Amino acid sequence: MSTTRRPPFPWLGPGVLVGAAAPAVAIFLRARSGALGANPIAEALNELGLTALVLLIASLACTPLRVVLGWTWPIRIRRRLGLLAFAYAAVHVAVYAGLDQGLDARAVLADVVKRKFIFAGFAAFLLLVPLALTSTNASVRRLGYVRWKRVHSLVYPASLCAAVHFVWRVKKDLREPLVYAAVLGLLLAIRLVQAARRRAGPAGPQGRVPPPRRTQRHEESTVTSARAQAFWSRAFTAAASVALPWAS
Amino acid sequence: MAEAKAPKDEVTPEALFQRRREFLKDTLLFTATSVGVGAGLLGLVRGGRSEPAPVAAAGRGGVGPDEVDRIERASRSPLSTTETPTSFRDVSTYNNFYEFGTDKEDPAAEAKSLRTRPWTVTVDGEVGKPATLDVDTIIRMFPLEERVYRMRCVEAWSMVIPWIGFPLAALLARVEPTPRARYVAFTTLLDPAQMPGQGRRVLDWPYVEGLRLDEALHPLALVAVGLYGRVLPNQNGAPLRLVVPWKYGFKGIKSIVHIRLTAEQPPTTWSAAAPDEYGFYANVNPAVDHPRWSQKTERRIGELGRRPTLPFNGYGDQVASLYAGMDLRRFF
Repeated sequence: MSTTRRPPFPWLGPGVLVGAAAPAVAIFLRARSGALGANPIAEALNELGLTALVLLIASLACTPLRVVLGWTWPIRIRRRLGLLAFAYAAVHVAVYAGLDQGLDARAVLADVVKRKFIFAGFAAFLLLVPLALTSTNASVRRLGYVRWKRVHSLVYPASLCAAVHFVWRVKKDLREPLVYAAVLGLLLAIRLVQAARRRAGPAGPQGRVPPPRRTQRHEESTVTSARAQAFWSRAFTAAASVALPWAS
Repeated sequence: MAEAKAPKDEVTPEALFQRRREFLKDTLLFTATSVGVGAGLLGLVRGGRSEPAPVAAAGRGGVGPDEVDRIERASRSPLSTTETPTSFRDVSTYNNFYEFGTDKEDPAAEAKSLRTRPWTVTVDGEVGKPATLDVDTIIRMFPLEERVYRMRCVEAWSMVIPWIGFPLAALLARVEPTPRARYVAFTTLLDPAQMPGQGRRVLDWPYVEGLRLDEALHPLALVAVGLYGRVLPNQNGAPLRLVVPWKYGFKGIKSIVHIRLTAEQPPTTWSAAAPDEYGFYANVNPAVDHPRWSQKTERRIGELGRRPTLPFNGYGDQVASLYAGMDLRRFF
């Protein structure tokens, strides 16, 4: 019997925080020593923006990981991943406006209005602001879960804008941005299919004691049914056998 | 606990023992998580990118001592700008040369596979005396001069580069263009074995560029065979490349193997890839934005702030007359 009531995985959150600081530390150290290359501002912008996108996609992977694989631990770091993504996005925007454009508000505004890739990036950032502001437990209580959840569905347009920002930015070589866009598309598709299945399927999860209604509403279906997992397992096997014929 | 045989003060209390184990386990897992997340992020964000290669010593790449000597002794042309040149390190490690990869650091790391000797350039088409010339013959054929030019990339950054070369007009005069010649078409080497980037269809290989004949005959249009008093580094377009300082950098086609004079306007790689973004003329013009970014300002490599971009990259006095009466918004 445990003597203290320990939260599960106490190392997970701090570990993610410290690990996620690595790109920022690397950029800072290389900027100081002149190792960011010939165009250090462009390099810093690229790395900050890409880190923000990776973290944002990671935060969006938490729910699909539970739905498909039954993992529940990613949900514990979802908020942290989202806030880290926002932090990187904020520094990215600050370096763009402050260093790249020299805080020339007119130039920034002209860029945002006229350049579609900067418009997409700026839209992604603005959409993330309310999410960061309402990320606390107190905000969930104040808004009520349903309204809070509605506010936080802004993450979907925000992530799409971020991916489009990346795709539109590159001159010609689309491989890398398209990989991220594809991963994002897959994560969103899993959500859509899951939502459709939930609407179409029986009200309660199968094979387990249904949780109290209140919990269910508060936790966005905490139970992953064995059926859902079986479905996804089949779906992935089928997809893999189409995409990777040598694997079957 | 009551049955403990050892003296009481030597026995770690169970709760503490458990906590110590937990503490160790947590510390280990915390470290593993931070290292894993950190390495994963750094791998995704920086992975696959070449580190800037160390600055190469003055490479000769099989170039004869006489040719090297001619390059090293080239005297500065009065057509040079007095602005401070960008460092050799930046000029030779920050390159767009998609034949060796699409990242700026790729060409410096990958272009070693390019063999620049022996190398011939064929000049033909609408000319009286077509010729296939060895590059070393070309280097000995004309007096070499140093031209310090501004270079404005279409991506809104710029450099100042001390090129070594000779006017394109001098080469064209040797082959005697016919009256039908109105354009000059240039082609880069096509050899995926030497140019690994050509293994991927990022662009339609080989890279091709073109100029109107009067542009090509303008005294500022240069064929470069060196920079900074050295033989041209492979990543900068060895063994010879075009430099047209009033146009965006992509017009300066690299590692040329074929020059053809034509009656019709030749296709050019970037305008074929994205006709709404890159035109045939590609004159530096702050008034005509790239559809996706502004061309009003540029970052001079090595500087923090941005500086205004000048029409024709500051060479308007010399070249604007070439385009008298043309709508430069339409012919961008």
